[in-house]
Amino acid sequence: MISNKELHDKYIKKAMMPSILCAGCGNGTVLNATLRAIDVLDMDLDNMVFVSGIGCSSRLNAYINADALHATHGRALAFATGIKAGNPKLDVVVFTGDGDCAGIGGNHFIHAIRRNIGLTVIAINNYTYGMTGGQMSPTTPQKSISTTSPYGAIDHPFDLAELAKAAGAPYVARWTIAHPLQLQRAIKKGLKNNGFSFIEVLSPCPTSFWRRNKVRNFETIYNWYKENTVTIKKAKEHPDKIPIGELKNIDKDEWTDLWKSLVSEVRI
Amino acid sequence: MIRISEEYCKGCGYCVFACPTDALKISNKINFRGVSIPLIDEKACKMCRLCEMICPDFAIVVEEE
Ligand SMILES: Cc1ncc(C[n+]2csc(CCOP(=O)(O)OP(=O)(O)O)c2C)c(N)n1
Ligand code: SF4
Ligand code: SF4
Ligand code: SF4
Repeated sequence: MISNKELHDKYIKKAMMPSILCAGCGNGTVLNATLRAIDVLDMDLDNMVFVSGIGCSSRLNAYINADALHATHGRALAFATGIKAGNPKLDVVVFTGDGDCAGIGGNHFIHAIRRNIGLTVIAINNYTYGMTGGQMSPTTPQKSISTTSPYGAIDHPFDLAELAKAAGAPYVARWTIAHPLQLQRAIKKGLKNNGFSFIEVLSPCPTSFWRRNKVRNFETIYNWYKENTVTIKKAKEHPDKIPIGELKNIDKDEWTDLWKSLVSEVRI
Repeated sequence: MIRISEEYCKGCGYCVFACPTDALKISNKINFRGVSIPLIDEKACKMCRLCEMICPDFAIVVEEE
């Protein structure tokens, strides 16, 4: 297994380190798991493009020594769709946040899935708009305190993985940063899958989410992700917990493949 | 051998919480950057390397001797 030092030297832009992310921000663990998955698959970084929107989670591609496109807020999937459609040979990975993906980018999200374009989308769900100081997001759990829900959120939150399933994504998994090995394996599967792969990661924002909800201790934060989730096999026995694991894995025609066959059919 | 980079570690302690063998412990010493770097007990380490996988900052390294 590659060490963190080797992983760092092989994939990370040294001038960008240590990262700008706060202590205990789960985004770094997601970057770690993603790079490990890429390394195990021995993927060619020169054939990869990392696309993101705006947010702390969307900063991750700036750390990788590969081509990256830091798009506008909510539009990562629109830019990524353009890249994949323009050159289907590229491996396109998208980093997005709950706000970026399901708030401002919600429509791009469901329609990119509907088309089943071959992207690997890693959505870091930290229940808040971390970068802008902790406003309520479309995934903020009810009763949570945020700057825009100072008395507790009343909105019903989105379940990102269920949304991806319902919109038709062929590969959907959900893990947390407290399950780094399983997360790495899910990303690996997502990278190998030909169609739209969606990996949701429940991840802490200690600064803008947990601190506002009166949790300042990193051990309590870490334990929350262990204690409030349950693997899908045991989900029925624990209806109060969040199911984690591989939630969907089916075969489905991918959009650039369909496009290729259409072009060969209609070409005179 | 386990090493933690004082330059990269932010003291979150996730490596300590993830370690199944108590080979890592929270230290009460604060370094020059205001960070508490986990204490290492090499003998207790079983080389599972979960600490490396969870570290958000690429700070901890576990290597075979
Ligand atoms: C069009 C537009 N609207 C609003 C913003 C301000 N803004 C920047 S990041 C962000 C929220 C990011 O939240 P999320 O995607 O969940 O990422 P996080 O920072 O939590 O990782 C907002 C609203 C912006 N940059 N652009
Ligand atoms: S504000 Fe939250 S999401 Fe942003 S870097 Fe800090 S901990 Fe991470
Ligand atoms: S390799 Fe495993 S046992 Fe050793 S310190 Fe890391 S988490 Fe603990
Ligand atoms: S997980 Fe990494 S950054 Fe956090 S305390 Fe351990 S070595 Fe330091």
